[in-house]
Amino acid sequence: MDEFCNFYLGLVDYWKAWRFQREVFQAVKEGLINQALIVCRHHPVVTLGKSGRIENLKISFNELALKGGQFFRTERGGDITYHGPGQLTIYPICNLRRLKKDIHWYLRCLEDAVISWLVIWGVSGQRRQGLTGVWVGDKKICSIGVAIDHWISFHGLSVNIKKSDLSFFSFIRPCGMDIQMTCLEGELNRQIDIDEAKDGLVDTLQKILLEKEYPALELSPSLS
Amino acid sequence: MVKIVVPELGEGITKATVSFWYYQPGDAVKENEDLVELVTDKATFNIPCPCSGILAEIFFKEGDAVNIGDVLGTIKED
Repeated sequence: MDEFCNFYLGLVDYWKAWRFQREVFQAVKEGLINQALIVCRHHPVVTLGKSGRIENLKISFNELALKGGQFFRTERGGDITYHGPGQLTIYPICNLRRLKKDIHWYLRCLEDAVISWLVIWGVSGQRRQGLTGVWVGDKKICSIGVAIDHWISFHGLSVNIKKSDLSFFSFIRPCGMDIQMTCLEGELNRQIDIDEAKDGLVDTLQKILLEKEYPALELSPSLS
Repeated sequence: MVKIVVPELGEGITKATVSFWYYQPGDAVKENEDLVELVTDKATFNIPCPCSGILAEIFFKEGDAVNIGDVLGTIKED
């Protein structure tokens, strides 16, 4: 059995992908598959994590709906975030008993994978002290929020690719902070095909998770 | 009585917050079912029941901060 079983869902509603995550989670729990990566893009949606405060949604539910955005409370860690069709979202359903029973290590692996993948594009991503995610300078390019049950992970990461999606972030305080977001297209100043971008990130993520080593990346200071 | 202990969650993680009890004292619980949810900065973590029995006591309520190794409660084993 291959260690990773990957699922490419394309553009999918958040709740459908969430339901699929639960199905894959159960398959991993029962040992039918070892690990899985669910790769998708979402129709516009704002989600609130377990540590989130609804005040970080700066517009009403009605206004959000009029702009075509859905809203969900989720069981992942973290505060508020946005997902859209211009992002690459990956939900790793990982059996950490087989990899490493260490939530800190797992979060650092997700960051490390995105940073390593950005290098391929010539973009310098960084981790920041106390601020999980990946940053390019003072702007955030990747958001991370996970849940662990029976040492199996779900939820995961999303990387901003297309410029078209960034405007939606102005309706929230991402991660409960007043920060700016950036995207791969913005950093490269050219158009990027998400389908072309996804394989590199999937390969990098699998490789880093299987190495089981602690990522030896430098940590930049927190934002001032 | 079997203790419900906050497990090692990872290098450098020393604290978490109790975010949800799936059961209340007096409830029957089954081994390996989700019992209590903890939350750290970017992750939630479910602690399963260490055994089947009756949830006897809860020492930390939702919203309380806990350290690794703290006893969250006890179960009277079947």
